[in-house]
Amino acid sequence: MATHSPPSPRRGKRQNWAVNFALMPMAVTVLLCYLGTVLWSIVVSMTSSKTFPNTNFVGLTQYEKLFTTDRWWLSLHNMALFGVIFVVACLVLGFFLAVFIDQKVRGEGIFRTIFLYPYAMSFVATGLVWQWMLNPGLGLQEAVRQLGFPNFEFDWIISQDKVMYAIALAAVWQSAGLVMALLLAGLRGVDEEIWKAARIDGIPVWRVYMSIVVPMIAPSIATATVLLSLGVIKVFDVVVSMTGGGPGIASEVPAKFIMDYLFNRANIGLASAASVVLLLTVLALLLPWLYAKNRMEKNNSKGH
Amino acid sequence: MTTANPVKVRNQRPAQSWFTPARVGIYAFLLMSAVFFLLPLYVMVVTSLKPMDEIRLGQIFALPSKPTLEAWGIAWSSACTGLECTGIQVGFWNSLKIVIPSAILSIFVGALNGYALAYWRRPWAGVFFGILLLGAFIPYQVHMYPLVRGLSMMGLFSTLPAIVLVHTIFGMPVMTLLFRNYYASLPEELVKAARIDGGGFWRIFFQLMIPMSTPIIIVAVIMQVTGIWNDFLLGLVFAGRENLPMTVQLNNIINTTTGERLYNVNMAATILTSSVPLFIYLISGRWFVRGIAAGAVKG
Repeated sequence: MATHSPPSPRRGKRQNWAVNFALMPMAVTVLLCYLGTVLWSIVVSMTSSKTFPNTNFVGLTQYEKLFTTDRWWLSLHNMALFGVIFVVACLVLGFFLAVFIDQKVRGEGIFRTIFLYPYAMSFVATGLVWQWMLNPGLGLQEAVRQLGFPNFEFDWIISQDKVMYAIALAAVWQSAGLVMALLLAGLRGVDEEIWKAARIDGIPVWRVYMSIVVPMIAPSIATATVLLSLGVIKVFDVVVSMTGGGPGIASEVPAKFIMDYLFNRANIGLASAASVVLLLTVLALLLPWLYAKNRMEKNNSKGH
Repeated sequence: MTTANPVKVRNQRPAQSWFTPARVGIYAFLLMSAVFFLLPLYVMVVTSLKPMDEIRLGQIFALPSKPTLEAWGIAWSSACTGLECTGIQVGFWNSLKIVIPSAILSIFVGALNGYALAYWRRPWAGVFFGILLLGAFIPYQVHMYPLVRGLSMMGLFSTLPAIVLVHTIFGMPVMTLLFRNYYASLPEELVKAARIDGGGFWRIFFQLMIPMSTPIIIVAVIMQVTGIWNDFLLGLVFAGRENLPMTVQLNNIINTTTGERLYNVNMAATILTSSVPLFIYLISGRWFVRGIAAGAVKG
């Protein structure tokens, strides 16, 4: 702190005031918009609030109600199903794209541009394009049938059982390029000496990837996984634009469930309970990652 | 600190001989992937150029036999977004009205926070910053209703200032982190020297830090402009009917139409809505990737 000692006491006081003033928007945001709103949601989730918030304390009744609501279970189930497909498919596809692009291919820049452009598009636009492509009467299915395969079926988007796969397909298309970009940056950080040594020892390339490179880029993979998982919990836009939650309520997800109960079904207590559950899910995902990251950074800084 | 590093694009892999089965496999995989990623773009473009009777044939991949820009005109100026039929242009201007002040404000606040946190340490500020970062990961739904209530009490709900404020609030974590990391990577002697020369908090910020921040400001602009432009949820809830952003109006055009769906108009509207972020992506290239890498801490 000695290095920051100000030239004169009076001047120092003025500077302190300036710093406090500059950080005021952050302090207010944290207190009111982050901590305050979370606290508010927790409190309201324990009241019988319907259209308007009230203070009638009912304990954990809303949570009981939530977990006896079929629609909530369906939305959790959908989120889990979507999440597993989306995260695994993005990681696998993104990894292969990154590895293959990293093989000194021609037109590398063009390939990178093509794989990443969907990420610049909004999830709304993504959902709408895929809604059109997957339209059974006019889209892919019909086009393939006209090619001479009259029994070809690709009607996921109108199938109660498969609609989440359709949404996952669109979401993977949108986000796989992100994984590619993150992992490519990781791959380019791998020391060339490792490749030279492996080649001299005659180790097959795929072995080097599996045993040496993947562990080395593990932090990038972990970051990508956390990012994608958080995307899963937040998934909303793509469902609304692609299926509106349908057919029926077959593609309901928690984020949409909450929005529905907040703004259309006037059950703020239940919606708040659901949002607290979502919050706890995020924390359960996040805290181990932050802890590991923090420890690694501490270890790194010790090394200096 | 790692987050602000530029992505290395130089290829370090050993050169291999040209025509081997492995090389063919690599190119086959990359080309197939490229087809998968380009297909929706192709379908969007050809659909938008077809008249409806051609679309009804169900040949989604066929090139238009009589290409026409009619659907683009309708999408821009007369498609119905709910009850009004004034096209997606209303949303376009709304989005601009939202993006410009939101991006400027959130980047300014982020830069100021980052500067204060990096050089003018306050014991309490670290704790706040930690909570702010954690807040970046929480789904918006958790904050949504209380914010709606708070803004209503201030008489701001459903106004342009409301949506600008909300974007600034939710952009604050990642913007602050971005600038804090950038400033922490600059030599500290710089600010020390400025302070010895008598520079005060604001003077150093405006005359030294801001001019030195050009590279990181570019990244921040790309991130915020594309992020805010692509936002749907916040615009839907906070902007109010007068200021609905382009994404919300696009969804309204497509998902609330009754009668026959005009797929050509829909696709033209989708391209129009995506054109701004796609344009930014294509002209900014590596800066965009850098922004993603930096934004990787956010959700």
